[in-house]
Amino acid sequence: METFVFLVAAAICLIGALGVVLSTNPVHSALSLVATLFGVAVLFVAQEAHFLAAVQVIVYAGAIVVLFLFVIMLLGVDRAENLKVDPLVGQRVAAVVLGLAVFALPVVALASTDWEATGALSNLGSIADAAVPDIEGIGTALFTRYVFALEITSILLAIAVVGAVLLAKRSPRPADMLVDLPVRTDTDAASLDDAAGAEGPEDATADSPAAEEGATS
Amino acid sequence: MLNVLAAGVEPSWYLVLSSALFAIGAVGLLIRRNPLVMFMCVELMLNAVTLSFVTFSRMLDDIGGQAVVVFVLVVAAAEVVVGLGIIVAILRRRPDATADDLALLKG
Repeated sequence: METFVFLVAAAICLIGALGVVLSTNPVHSALSLVATLFGVAVLFVAQEAHFLAAVQVIVYAGAIVVLFLFVIMLLGVDRAENLKVDPLVGQRVAAVVLGLAVFALPVVALASTDWEATGALSNLGSIADAAVPDIEGIGTALFTRYVFALEITSILLAIAVVGAVLLAKRSPRPADMLVDLPVRTDTDAASLDDAAGAEGPEDATADSPAAEEGATS
Repeated sequence: MLNVLAAGVEPSWYLVLSSALFAIGAVGLLIRRNPLVMFMCVELMLNAVTLSFVTFSRMLDDIGGQAVVVFVLVVAAAEVVVGLGIIVAILRRRPDATADDLALLKG
């Protein structure tokens, strides 16, 4: 039974992964990514990692891919990309050769150890112990041995939120943060420079980068 | 094929699948020019790694591998948020920008 589940889920994963790489439309790539993430979640269930399977579906397929689709729709970059032309001659061949090498390296390493994993154990607990479900084992590990790492990841998430807000802010120039000015693109600003007299001297100095540079130098 | 089905699934199959997914993601990262699709390929590679973590956790009968996957998830989420913020900031100014054009930080 596990063999059947594995074969079906592996086929979904591989088809989805190829879809991500080969789709010309970014929306199709994102939907193929959902297929791959879902297949990986099924493989997690097949390996008794039920909590991680649920988290995989909720966080990855639910949140991250929706974020991708949201950005695609927000920016309107959902038009097809021409994959026929190779911008750098010979780069694709080199990439495929490198990909085959990346695939072969772990497989050969695995074959050299007779398809068995070896290594030091963490002594955090066994996953085969039916009395301790996997979610309890993960929770115990996170809040005992890895508790400092867990706290640091919370700091990481807070920094990521602040960074994302700063990066996605529409007006990075400090003058625009103080005064509630309409948002302008660079071409608008350039045309405004020409018509600075009509705009008024205050607005021009606050708005054009060239004027700011001239003032500081 | 029937022999394979009768023999049952070996944990190492998962590792082979994981390296295949990682390789596809790496090739995609190298050959695609759209920054969003390149980001999706990075997610693909991260997922391949989490799959191999879970498989090692099962092979060694140790919950530590599954605990690490939680951290990988958190770091992936943070990376996606910051990366998409950068992509939004760039593509808003230049909607046609591909990875080849993004040499703005070059000194």
